[in-house]
This record gives sequence, C-alpha cells and structure tokens, in this order.
Amino acid sequence: MSLLRELWLVTEKDLRIELRSRVTLGQVLPFGLIVLLLFAFALDPDRGLLPKVAPGLFWVAVLLAALLAISRSFSIEQANGARDGLRLSGLDTGAMFLGKALAVVVQLLALEVVLGLGVVLFYDLTPRAAEILVPTAVAATVGLAAAGTLYGVLAAGLRVRETLLPLLLLPVLAPVMLGATRAFEAGLGLNGSTGEAWPWVELLALFAVIYTTMGFLAFGPLLEEA
Amino acid sequence: MSLVVRLRSAVCLLGRFPALAGVDLDVDEGELVLLSGPNGAGKTTLLRLLAGMVPLHSGEAHVLGHDLARDRRAHRRDLALVGHETFCYDDLTVAENLRFAARAAGRAASASDEAMARLGLERLAGVTHGRLSAGQRRRLALAVALARDPRLLLLDEPHAGLDAQGREVLDAVLGSAPADGRTVIVASHELDRARALANREVHVVAGQAHATEAPFAPALVVDAAT
Repeated sequence: MSLLRELWLVTEKDLRIELRSRVTLGQVLPFGLIVLLLFAFALDPDRGLLPKVAPGLFWVAVLLAALLAISRSFSIEQANGARDGLRLSGLDTGAMFLGKALAVVVQLLALEVVLGLGVVLFYDLTPRAAEILVPTAVAATVGLAAAGTLYGVLAAGLRVRETLLPLLLLPVLAPVMLGATRAFEAGLGLNGSTGEAWPWVELLALFAVIYTTMGFLAFGPLLEEA
Repeated sequence: MSLVVRLRSAVCLLGRFPALAGVDLDVDEGELVLLSGPNGAGKTTLLRLLAGMVPLHSGEAHVLGHDLARDRRAHRRDLALVGHETFCYDDLTVAENLRFAARAAGRAASASDEAMARLGLERLAGVTHGRLSAGQRRRLALAVALARDPRLLLLDEPHAGLDAQGREVLDAVLGSAPADGRTVIVASHELDRARALANREVHVVAGQAHATEAPFAPALVVDAAT
C-alpha cells in the first residue's frame, strides 16, 4: 500500500472518530470561543484596544484549542490498547504521523474559520488581505499539528501526559505564535505594510517543514518506546 | 515445511526482571502450538516478543523470516495478535474497526466482511465498539485478527470471556487454521479445549519453555464450515 493511502487511512479513521464523538465540535470549539469572549471582557472593547491585539488573541485561542485537539488525538489511542493495535497494524510509521497530523490540521482549520468569525463579531475587526491570512493560517496550522503530533507521541505513554504535553509543547510553539501574529498584524494593516507579512509566512513554512520532517522520521521509534 | 518461529536462548527483560530467561522454540508453518503454564510464567511476554512488541535482550529470534534483533516491525503486517485488549476504537463501529484492520494490513475490504461473517458479528456491524458486551468485544478482537489474514496468529487467552457459542466459533477458527495455511500459537488455561486442537504443547515455567511431550495429532478436527 502506498504511503498516501496509508496516510489517508489514518486520517480518515481519526476524523471518523471525531465526527462520531464530536469532541472538537462540542468541547474544543466552545472552549476557543469562550477564550475569545473572555479576552473581550477583560480588555474592554470601548477603548479600541481589542482590534489592535486581535491577531495575538486569535492565535492564543487557536493554540489553546490545538492543545486539546492534539491531546484528544492521542487519547483515542489509549483506550482498549488501540496504540498497540496501531503498532501491530503494519502501517508505515511515517504515514501514521502524517495521517494523524493531517487529521489535526483539518480540525484546526475548521476551528480557525469559526474562531475567525468570532474575532470579527466580538472584536469589531474587518477581515481583508485573504492572500496573506490564508497562507499564514495554513502554514501555522501545519506547524502546530506537526509539532503537536510529534510531542503528542512523546508524551503518549506517560501517566502525566495531559499536564506534560502543554509544558513540552508551548515553548516549542512560541515561534508559530510570534510568526502568525506578526503576519496577521501586517496582513490586516495593524502593524506595518502587507509586504512585511511574507518573511513571517516564510518562517512559519520553514517551521512546518522542519517539524513535519522530524515527525516523519522520529514517530516510529517514539511510538515503539511510548 | 518452513520454520515460522525460531528462538534460541531468547531473553526478554521487563525492567530488570527476566520475563523470558533463555527460550528455545521452533514452530513450523501450519502448526498449532499450545503454550501452557501458570500465571506469570512468561506466556504473554513470549507472544509479545514474537509480535515484536517487546525487545529481545539477548539470544536469537527469527519470526516469519525476519531477525527481530535487527528489526521488530518488518514482520508485523503478516501476523495478528489477540491479546487481553481488543485494540479497537470505541467510537468506530464493528464494521469500521474491521475495515481499518484489513486495509492497514493491505487486505481487500472483503476480508473484513468475511471475518465478520465467520465470527457471527453481522448483526452488530453498525454498533460501536464502546456499546459491545465483553463477550462481543472478544469476538470482535478475533475477527480483527482474521481480517488481517495473517500467516501467524498469536492468541493470548482467547477463550476468556467467550460464551459457549463463541467458544465453538473460536474452536472452528483454530481447527481450520492449518487448512487456511496459518500458523497459530495460543496461550491458554483452557487446556482440555486447546489440547484437543493443538499439534503440540509447550509448557512455559519461570520464563523458560519446555516441550511437554512428543508432538501429538489433534484429537479433534473442527470443520471450518461448522
């Protein structure tokens, strides 16, 4: 079986489980929206501060929601020894990594669309420069999912994985937060010209490539030791 | 007849404890070998070693022509392990769990339908694993293994949790294994039942395997069609 077919088999499995359990829809998405709403209350929209800091707040909400989605991606492998089943499946471990990361990407992109609408609604921000916002979101999301899946399998076998995963992952994802926020600020004309967004998009793409490559190579040995 | 399993002085450590302390074992293609022995003797560890789930500490281990000291993943596509857990996903239906297992092993989707029919699970095809009874889960675990159409089938206490009808189905599956070109190694405490089907019994005590007697012909041959 080709790598692409194996990859899609894992993605399809994870997305099917998500569609049936509705954890992202029923818990992660409301969590992200509540975070956005809390920021709105905390920073008081009357003073005009919210639109200026909206990109950063959006990505903080995405990051926190991503932690839940990544944790969920590995908790489904905990019950009934499913992780051992995955090890025994004979699937290529690189395909397993790409498949699980792709399922997280799909969920996060859907989440970002809804959270984006939340930002427009709650923070009174007019979306524009889609030619910058879309590649930024895609590159940042791939980076989040790739690094998250790599660190997710690292923490998978540990009893303290729920608390350890954010500790391991948040420092690693700092460049994604920074790059995505700066690119969004430039794209929305909040800080510099739109042309200043591209170096940040390139940084995000580089991050995504590095963590996708690392995950592809390291997922197998880490899964064996988890 | 080719050798499917060849162990020489195989040692496996669980922490510092030698769970297997120098096991010698040869299993020919098409054999049905019963592993007997008290709890904690090392039967489960022996099966997990053969599946490549635990590392070989010292000695030699060749399974399906692969040297496990070099690579304990390469042979997994051609084997199936039915362990204490089902290796299934709670939010996937019986049919979806079976299809995933079959496709992961590179088998056609029809292999999952055949396995489902053989274990009498058709009427549960649309029921999620989380809603199955313990006995139905045991049947599904066996069906998942058969859906992979493995050359080597490793069974750890397969009779546990099965009702009378389930045990008859299991016996039919075991009895037809040689005709299916399948090698089976089964660890069981249901000795009378397993001895009636096995070609040979290997007694495992304190991490060491001993042939109990000369190979014997199966006392009961179960027609796969029954």
